[in-house]
Amino acid sequence: PPPPARTRSTDVGSLLKLSVQPSRGLVDEKWKIVLQNATPSCSVTLHAHCTCEDGHNWEAFGHYTSDATGTVDGFLRPVPGSKPGLRMRKTNIQVPTVVTISVYQGHHNMGFTDRVLLASVVVERWYMAPGVRRIPITEGGLTATLFLPPGSGQFPGILDLWGGGGKLVEYRAALFASHGFASLALDYLTCKVTTDTGLVDDEYFETAYRVLQQHPQVMGSRIAMLGLSLGTSITLKMATYSDVIKLRCAVCISGSHVQPVGGSLKDILELFEKNHKKAYVNEEKQVIMRNLLLPIPSEPSLKADVGRLQCSLLLVVGEDDQNWPSYESALDMKEMMEKAGNVHLLTVLSYPNAGHLIEPPYSPHTRYSNFVSVGRREKITVGVLCIWVCLHYSMIHVSSLFFHGHSLHIRCLSN
Amino acid sequence: MLRALAPIISVAPVRAMMDERFSVLVENLPPAAPVTVQSHHYSDDQDDWEAYGHYISDHNGTVSVSKHLSFGGTYSGVEPMGLLWSMCPVPGSRMGLRLRKKDVCTPLVVNISVYSGHDGFRDKKPLASAITERWYMAPGVKRIEVNENGVRGTLFIPPGPGPFPGILDMWGGGGGLHEYRAALLASHGYTALALEYFKPGELQTANLKFQYFENAFRIIQDHPKVNPDSVGILGLSLGSSIALGLAAYSNIIKPRACVCIGANHTNGLEVHESKDGFINLEQAIVDENNHHIWRNIGLAMMRDPSNLVDVQRINCPVLLVSGQDDQNWPSVEMADDITQKMHDVGKAHQLTRIDYPDAGHLIEPPFSPHFRATNFMVKDKYKVIVLWGGQTKPHSDAQEDSWRKILVFFQQHLYSITSPKAKL
Repeated sequence: PPPPARTRSTDVGSLLKLSVQPSRGLVDEKWKIVLQNATPSCSVTLHAHCTCEDGHNWEAFGHYTSDATGTVDGFLRPVPGSKPGLRMRKTNIQVPTVVTISVYQGHHNMGFTDRVLLASVVVERWYMAPGVRRIPITEGGLTATLFLPPGSGQFPGILDLWGGGGKLVEYRAALFASHGFASLALDYLTCKVTTDTGLVDDEYFETAYRVLQQHPQVMGSRIAMLGLSLGTSITLKMATYSDVIKLRCAVCISGSHVQPVGGSLKDILELFEKNHKKAYVNEEKQVIMRNLLLPIPSEPSLKADVGRLQCSLLLVVGEDDQNWPSYESALDMKEMMEKAGNVHLLTVLSYPNAGHLIEPPYSPHTRYSNFVSVGRREKITVGVLCIWVCLHYSMIHVSSLFFHGHSLHIRCLSN
Repeated sequence: MLRALAPIISVAPVRAMMDERFSVLVENLPPAAPVTVQSHHYSDDQDDWEAYGHYISDHNGTVSVSKHLSFGGTYSGVEPMGLLWSMCPVPGSRMGLRLRKKDVCTPLVVNISVYSGHDGFRDKKPLASAITERWYMAPGVKRIEVNENGVRGTLFIPPGPGPFPGILDMWGGGGGLHEYRAALLASHGYTALALEYFKPGELQTANLKFQYFENAFRIIQDHPKVNPDSVGILGLSLGSSIALGLAAYSNIIKPRACVCIGANHTNGLEVHESKDGFINLEQAIVDENNHHIWRNIGLAMMRDPSNLVDVQRINCPVLLVSGQDDQNWPSVEMADDITQKMHDVGKAHQLTRIDYPDAGHLIEPPFSPHFRATNFMVKDKYKVIVLWGGQTKPHSDAQEDSWRKILVFFQQHLYSITSPKAKL
């Protein structure tokens, strides 16, 4: 008997062909989506979906008119009905994030699971390039992970610090290793030392630096520090004052130089705690913390003396940072360095409409998220929706270029 | 700018499909420095394969494999993909090796390194390395082992709701089950069945039945994710002859389009039943290296029309891909004969043929290393070395060009939005 008729004819055209390149990319690589065989001039929605490690679903979509090849420049946001205040962060970076890209007929904004699916493909997004080695580090009491690029040679090093949320966050260091840097992700707030004896002191960071410096595959004279948020405070402190840590250059994202000079991490946190009353809660019950460090003091004992810096410094700030006064701090740092005569070391990248969490490219933007700081649990507003994709892309490539250009590497990054 | 920076080598994309191009870039070299870029792969069969090119960096200290000239090595000239297609077994390896991935669920891992100097580069430590993955299966493609109705093979299904066009994928007289091409086809949106129709060494003794292949075709057609009107056949060598036989004689199945690599219209199934195996070894010629040349066996078979498929009965589009230096089978002569016969009955418009100069018999997916002669198990444990032909560079060009053309051919005939009736 003849096989049953199973051809499906739709308005869009039977046997649509959807392809995405690359199908397995690093998270900072652009992708290209091509749809073929649609009937001319018809409306389609291209939709991206993934399920995060913690089980939450994220989606993005774009509306198109067919008969054109196109690229998706949407962004991932939580599906309506999901738990509010989500932030997409990958913990197991040795496996990819799997994203399903689908095509639906017509222009829709919601209810995708109820729509007729015309075609879909699967793509993988990786934080680690093949051959990158992940090495947990407990030497010297550290809670850290070292990522080494493939190969037997030596690499410049990056000491990678996140912010007040703590934990050992690996994905950015993994990505840097995928670009040729030996990168050490360091937990300095929720680490074993802190659990056992309390907040770490300067020696902890100096130990981390030494571990990198003395590693046979790291170029000891080419080590940089990268800090976000509270990580900026540590980076500036070490870059400015440490006798042990000699940085080739430093990158500070969304942070401030305001801190008690000569103080420990504990002292820095106490300064925030002391000013906590300056935080306020907006109509949406989101906590705005930027005032904690405002106004920027003129008193020299209350801010890292960046006029003493001898290495290059890149400041990346979002002008709509609601969490830290990073923009105001950058302006003040510039002024200090102008007065001290070392402003030639400074580069400031300031993004209008960008918020606090400036992450690797194509990460979903989170306007606000649940934030568990050391000791508290609260929702913090982190910034306005914006041209996130472009911002991220330029951020990681500017960071790389900065690291490369300042004698870690000479490298021309195309694209 | 300070000197004495470490060279860095990068590959983009670092994870790619086997048929995708990549670019290899070396930076931070001294200017005008002689270097060697080398690729290395350790195969499933535990052999070491390598390719290399000798370069001279420009005054920015850069070597771009995509743009710069290789002065020699396993490839020369401006060859962006030379590090893959010119791969050969390292000196000291066993003879007659062929690189074929068995496990398609894992990538082919290639290490790409840069060394200082040209001659004797291997004696030094590499200046920098990168690792790149080459995949046969795109994410989301499903792999399903088939053992149904006597049919043995592996089915690959693209991600998505379907329905998809289908392809029956058949290799040649070497036998066995080879999944990599079907996996690639599925990665391009076709439900593809890699079919095993005899085991290696059974070329002369296998008991093949027409019905076996019809059943295989039906398995694809009947699959819920396949559009039953859009199923084609891709066959290489003996697989080519089976494809043409099915298209000409089957009353049960009608392929929508056929691609024959190594044009072969001997009636494989008929011949086997009447003679003592497919290959009359007494007619084989051996060259100065004791490699078997079988093309004259095919020429002899062509002289008797009863050995040939009546191609004039075929009603679907056919694409013939042949190598002009095919030493194993007279593909060009057979393509000539097929062309003439189709022309004689007014069916020339159904036929496309592409003959590649200096290409051999084994026209594989892009960037597969070229093998001029490899081990072949004829019967039981009796192995010979068979000469396939082809010169490496033109053969590799043929592989890349033919694959792209095959994909467009299948897209045109299997993915078209016009109904089949509108074609005739």
